[in-house]
Amino acid sequence: MPLRILMLDQVIFYFFAAIAVVSAILTVTRRNVVHSAIFLITALLATAGIFLQLRAEFLFIVQIILYVGGIMVLFVFVIMLVNLDVAVRQLQFARQKWVAMLISLALAAQVGLMLWSTGKMPGQGMPVLVAAPVDKLPPNSEAVARSLFETYLLPFEIASVLLLVAMIGAVVMAKKRA
Amino acid sequence: MQGLTQATLEFVKQYWAPLVCGLAIVAVLPLIVGYVVLVERKLMADMQARLGPMRVGPHGLLQPIADAVKLLIKEDIIPDDADKLVFWLAPVLSVGAALLAMAGLAIGPAFQIAKDINIGILFVVGVSALGIFGIVLGGWASNSHYSLMGALRSSAQLVSYETAAGMALVCGLLFAGTLNITSIVQAQHEQGMWFGLLAPVAFFVYLVASIAETNRAPFDLPEAESELVAGYMTEFSGFRWSLYFLAEYTNMIVVASVATTLFLGGWLRPFPRTHWLDFIDFLPPLLLVAIGVYCLMRTPKQPARVQQLFMLAVAGLCFTVAVVLAAPVLLRTPFVNPSLASAAKPFYEGIHGGFWFIFKVSAYLYFFMWLRFTIPRYRFDQLMRLGWHFLIPLSIINVLLIGIAMIAGSYLHLEGGWLLLATIPASIIALIVALFILAMEQKSERQQAGGATPDPYA
Repeated sequence: MPLRILMLDQVIFYFFAAIAVVSAILTVTRRNVVHSAIFLITALLATAGIFLQLRAEFLFIVQIILYVGGIMVLFVFVIMLVNLDVAVRQLQFARQKWVAMLISLALAAQVGLMLWSTGKMPGQGMPVLVAAPVDKLPPNSEAVARSLFETYLLPFEIASVLLLVAMIGAVVMAKKRA
Repeated sequence: MQGLTQATLEFVKQYWAPLVCGLAIVAVLPLIVGYVVLVERKLMADMQARLGPMRVGPHGLLQPIADAVKLLIKEDIIPDDADKLVFWLAPVLSVGAALLAMAGLAIGPAFQIAKDINIGILFVVGVSALGIFGIVLGGWASNSHYSLMGALRSSAQLVSYETAAGMALVCGLLFAGTLNITSIVQAQHEQGMWFGLLAPVAFFVYLVASIAETNRAPFDLPEAESELVAGYMTEFSGFRWSLYFLAEYTNMIVVASVATTLFLGGWLRPFPRTHWLDFIDFLPPLLLVAIGVYCLMRTPKQPARVQQLFMLAVAGLCFTVAVVLAAPVLLRTPFVNPSLASAAKPFYEGIHGGFWFIFKVSAYLYFFMWLRFTIPRYRFDQLMRLGWHFLIPLSIINVLLIGIAMIAGSYLHLEGGWLLLATIPASIIALIVALFILAMEQKSERQQAGGATPDPYA
């Protein structure tokens, strides 16, 4: 029985991981900005799928509501308002070529190190994150709420105040220009 | 490989019931939506002193099927300059999101596809909000100015009203203390009070916001035909257009179900804990019997033989459903052997829960339609003003005050109906404060503008 669950876990994990990676690459390489946005949405949804495979359903739905339903709607909205003909004609990969290569090499090295150091994970050598058994997890949203409002109350409040300041600042700046 | 097939078998064995329910929803929903449209047209006709569709079937009862066939065999047109792939994808996205949201809903305690998920109501709200991408991308892919304007309006409208709707949901969730749909309804059973009565202002905000989110009149700016032809659907025809239509009405059903679950007591009958009112259980079967008898009375007046037979069939259907509804109630009466009564209990809860849930959802939809035929369409700046200047402040203040009222209630040991003593004043204060803010803003704006008329498209 545990082996079979592992199989299903692996299939789902690699399915979503493949979608996420492929659509992330397509996001960068598409010339058409709206197509890029669609692939970014796909990548975010696939990441949400991985959260679900790990039985973090609260993170799954927060990812969908915040990133896909909130931020991406604003992205698409702005893309449609802005005249993009000029942007399409410009060179896509500009000056930061060397910096970008350095950073991605560092990132690749980090991921490789992680895979190498974990060695054999439970999935017969294939690295896969295995979800915790169902009955061992506390209810997800309650657990998140408890850690936010009990353990990390002060950092949470500080972050909220920071966001509020940013929000008011944005409104003030927008009003000044109008 | 063998492990994989075994895993698949195991998967099917474990999840066959939700799979069948899901198939049933996908198969039956277009039919239901068709009849919701028929009801809407009939209501509109009634309110405008007309008859509405009368030709196909007795009193137009077969009209939805004729419409569906017409839409299916219409020519499928894709504009030359359209982005073909996105044009194809957009309606599918819209309808897919709406149908997926149905998975989280509970129609009665027995019928729920994704049973007992911890994030329940968040799942429904979050996934149904994804349908906006279908509208925006469809409007963009059509490569037409009308479509693009409709899409922009739609996304602006959704972004503005989602905050207010979310805050209104938070109010209800404060009382429930959980996101799980089954537990929300149980909380209302224990409280003995619908959350819509405990937080009337939150219910009102959700009502308005849900109309705006589903792009229904009086907020149907994205498809305002006097300005934008048909908004984002201008270039869509035939089957693709019908997919958008299906998505819109499915979304209506979804928001109505969310409101029913959170504010109107879900599948509980009115006064579920008052035992001397148990005779309410007999009302649903009696209602259906009355409809059946009415159909029988109208049968001789139908002009054609086929129509008479169809009318008889409708009457028969009503009587069958009435018997199904009445049987578990009759088994629960004290004259029957108690073991049989306890065996009938799950059937009673499932069938009557389903009836009350569908009844409340229908009432909510009826209210939507009523508003559509009563209130003229808003201008876009009026819509934005209503959202940002009134509903969002109102919902935020309301959450704050309801929270304070609940703390006060727990200090004073207010339970059940007595909690109203704390929450109703809180709601009223929230309403007054929001109205005051609105009045102050209008006053300062008038001083700034110096009497000049504001730009209506600002």
